[in-house]
Amino acid sequence: MLGQVFKRPQKAAIFRENIFREIEELGLKSLGIVAFISFFVGGVVAIQTGLNVDNPWIPKYLIGFATKRSIILEFAPTFMSIILAGKVGSYITSSIGTMRVTEQIDALEVMGVNTLNHLVLPKIIAAVSFYPFLVVLAMILGIFGGWVSGIVTGLFSVTDYVEGIRLDFKPYLIRYALTKTMVFAFIIATIPSYFGYYVKGGSIEVGKASTQAVVWTSVVIIVFNYFLTQMLLG
Amino acid sequence: MIEVKNLFKSFEDNHVLKGISATFNQGDTSLIIGSSGSGKTVFLKCLLGLFEPDQGDISYDGRSYIEMDISKKRELRKEMGMVFQSGALFDSETIEDNIMFPLKMFTDQTKEEMLDRVSVVLKRVNLENVNKKYPAELSGGMQKRVAIARAIVMNPKYLFCDEPNSGLDPRTAIIIDNLIKEITDEYQMITVINTHDMNSVMEIGEKIIFLKDGLKVWEGSDQTIFKTENQAVTDFVYSSNLFKKVREVYNKEN
Repeated sequence: MLGQVFKRPQKAAIFRENIFREIEELGLKSLGIVAFISFFVGGVVAIQTGLNVDNPWIPKYLIGFATKRSIILEFAPTFMSIILAGKVGSYITSSIGTMRVTEQIDALEVMGVNTLNHLVLPKIIAAVSFYPFLVVLAMILGIFGGWVSGIVTGLFSVTDYVEGIRLDFKPYLIRYALTKTMVFAFIIATIPSYFGYYVKGGSIEVGKASTQAVVWTSVVIIVFNYFLTQMLLG
Repeated sequence: MIEVKNLFKSFEDNHVLKGISATFNQGDTSLIIGSSGSGKTVFLKCLLGLFEPDQGDISYDGRSYIEMDISKKRELRKEMGMVFQSGALFDSETIEDNIMFPLKMFTDQTKEEMLDRVSVVLKRVNLENVNKKYPAELSGGMQKRVAIARAIVMNPKYLFCDEPNSGLDPRTAIIIDNLIKEITDEYQMITVINTHDMNSVMEIGEKIIFLKDGLKVWEGSDQTIFKTENQAVTDFVYSSNLFKKVREVYNKEN
């Protein structure tokens, strides 16, 4: 499958058009959900940390520090990728699967189109190039959500929170998170495409394939997360 | 000329094609007929290269399709047009974009040239004012016409149709059959049609191949199909009450 996917596109103009369309479908249309979840989860992480750090010997700025680290290291790259696996993965499988069962893929094949390259490569490029931006947005909004929760609940002061955020800032951790994101983006684009492309039957089978695709994408992301963390931070 | 030699195709233990040979000539409209499960669709998909035959050869004007690698097959497919049973139109694109797609993909024509060509083929299939509509907004017969328009937009040498009039009322079905026949004559293509519709046989069956259980059991034309003694063919032809009645009347009169 991947051998055909990574062939040279047959027409550059159509390929470009497809990439922009996929950036819109897979990326821009996910901005809302990513922003919403990141903001509130960031807030919850800060509140939970604040509630659990009630020992007077532990400085309050650790709340900001812990929130920042959890968001940058795991929440933004991994948790967001799992959410995108559900939202985008089911879209990819159902759209390609419907094309398969309604013979639209056969129609493209008969025209002489390399269907794997035409349908899957733009999705891979769109996901791998755009998801790092989504994850950076998730990081910013998550940390911002924590800051807002401090103001709303009064559990910690803004000064302590900001001090925690600025404490021990390591740019490598951002690079680590973005590297993970790009690997997960590739997984999110390819596994659902595989399930959609090779589906057989009708609408029920397309539905089942979408469910399977989301489950397998999530499982593979979790397993890769374990090994990537070991490799990049261990 | 399309030449098929001794074609075999199985799916695990299910032997669907059992050594079919046939030739299809330029300017001919050939019908592949047979009951459901006789192997018609698999045969057509082997001709198109959507299924890889287990054995045998298919050659297009002397070029062996089986021996070609995938990139050469794709080149040859640009000379083919296909009308699928379902139409297989891209449902998220307008009619204009559907028909223009092969032009955008494989030619360097300007937008104006492509739009002109779209108008020509839409006019040829007797459709007007549908350019900006979506497939779901059209009737079944109109969708079939759009599928024909898309299939001929690149001036193919070979046209394949899988049950082109299934799901259509008899009057529209005849219009579609005749349209395919006219286009074949006009463009001097090789047209192969899969059907089990006896009306199509009577309308455009200048060459007919009858398949049964994966074997070619008879070959002839609309002139000879009603006179054949082949039991499998007569069972198929006279399975319809209408044709049985016509035969009774004919026998009485003679």
